Amino acid sequence: MQEPIPGPFIEFRNVSYRVAETQVLSNFTLQVERGEVLVLLGRSGSGKTTTLKLINRLLSPSSGEVWVNGVRNFDADIIRLRRGIGYVIQEVGLFPHFNVARNIGLVPKLEGWPEPKIRRRIDELLQLTGLAPEIASRFPHQLSGGQRQRVGVARALAANPEILLMDEPFGALDPLTRDDLQREFLALQKSLGKTVVFVTHDLREALRLGSRIGLMEAGRLVTILGPAEFLRSSDPWAAAYVKAFGDPLDPDRTEGVS
Amino acid sequence: MSFLQFILQNRGQVFELTAEHLWLVGLSTFFAALIGIPLGILIAHWPRLDKSVLGTANVIQTVPSLALFGFLLPVPWLGDRADRLAILALTLYALLPIIRNTYTGIRGIDAAVVESGRGMGMTESQLLLQVELPLAMSVILSGVRTAVVISVGLATIAAAIGAGGLGELIFRGLAMVDNSVILAGAVPAAVLALLADFGIGLLEQRLQPR
Repeated sequence: MQEPIPGPFIEFRNVSYRVAETQVLSNFTLQVERGEVLVLLGRSGSGKTTTLKLINRLLSPSSGEVWVNGVRNFDADIIRLRRGIGYVIQEVGLFPHFNVARNIGLVPKLEGWPEPKIRRRIDELLQLTGLAPEIASRFPHQLSGGQRQRVGVARALAANPEILLMDEPFGALDPLTRDDLQREFLALQKSLGKTVVFVTHDLREALRLGSRIGLMEAGRLVTILGPAEFLRSSDPWAAAYVKAFGDPLDPDRTEGVS
Repeated sequence: MSFLQFILQNRGQVFELTAEHLWLVGLSTFFAALIGIPLGILIAHWPRLDKSVLGTANVIQTVPSLALFGFLLPVPWLGDRADRLAILALTLYALLPIIRNTYTGIRGIDAAVVESGRGMGMTESQLLLQVELPLAMSVILSGVRTAVVISVGLATIAAAIGAGGLGELIFRGLAMVDNSVILAGAVPAAVLALLADFGIGLLEQRLQPR
């Protein structure tokens, strides 16, 4: 691991992103601290996913700068940058022609780890993500949705990145499986302490997982608050979101329930 | 079944013509794959070119084969030997299915798979070799299969310009108004086409991504 550099771990400075005539992000400024779980909350099309992809440079800003760990993204070696960032998406995107073990071991393999070390790491990750060892030889199509997403998380963690980007990772799961995975994510995060940027449109999920919640609307960061403050916020957008989710929500109540 | 008698009596010649036929088809398919697969990969990644490349291959496909053979005949080095010319023409015809299938095979890969590969830091060539080609391989092979089946049929016409192959028996039979001689060329050609179709089909199934 690199020497920690003081200051925010991920930083957006006045970032705008345009596609053709559409302004997807405008004047976006955001700081993510080391070890926090920053949840980007917002409706579809609010620019959450775009923000995430600007971090691992799947997209490049039209103007402004993104900094990761004290280095301007634009100057970073794109392959090195991406291999140091775990990426989990809703569709998972496991390689259908690789078995679970090869999927999990992908980045270590690309990084040229010796085979025994990769194997040990795969066993470790299967255990960490609550998967049975015999799953290692299965193929993605033989897994349930929850198992696939666990493999997705294991794959993202494989080379021990400091940053995890998660794009609605639990969005396509049934409520019970989602609940399991959210709980496991919290436990995992407690022990690993990664810097996580987590995208969701589910307020309940945001309150449960986030150390801070950034609310996005039409390509702008409306407000950024802790979960408890979010519920009490007088910001019209935040209040509208809370209202849309009905009954009074508070983080203590959602913790064990949902 | 007098054509079977004819084949038996002339088995040496039939065998030789079959070998010639295979040579024409095999070599032209090889060249077509050599050109078509990279072209298909190129246009799959550079969609701005896809219409013009596929369009050109399409136009080539519509030129009647006999006319194409005729057009190429006066070309210096090519016209010297009929088999060169036949191989070139067959290669041109085989391009379309190979380019098109390579293109659709790669475009058809789940976008999430490619995106997660890229997001994890695979280089473009790692993505191509470890993800895109393996996942598109069965579709690409089915293009090759179509190309081979078309070529086996088209190659019979190459006999018209003296390139040899089983078409020679067909043309001879036509001239002699002797069905058994025509069949002695046509049946082995049909069998070749079926065998190639079946064989590549098996390979395709084995490479089918799960």
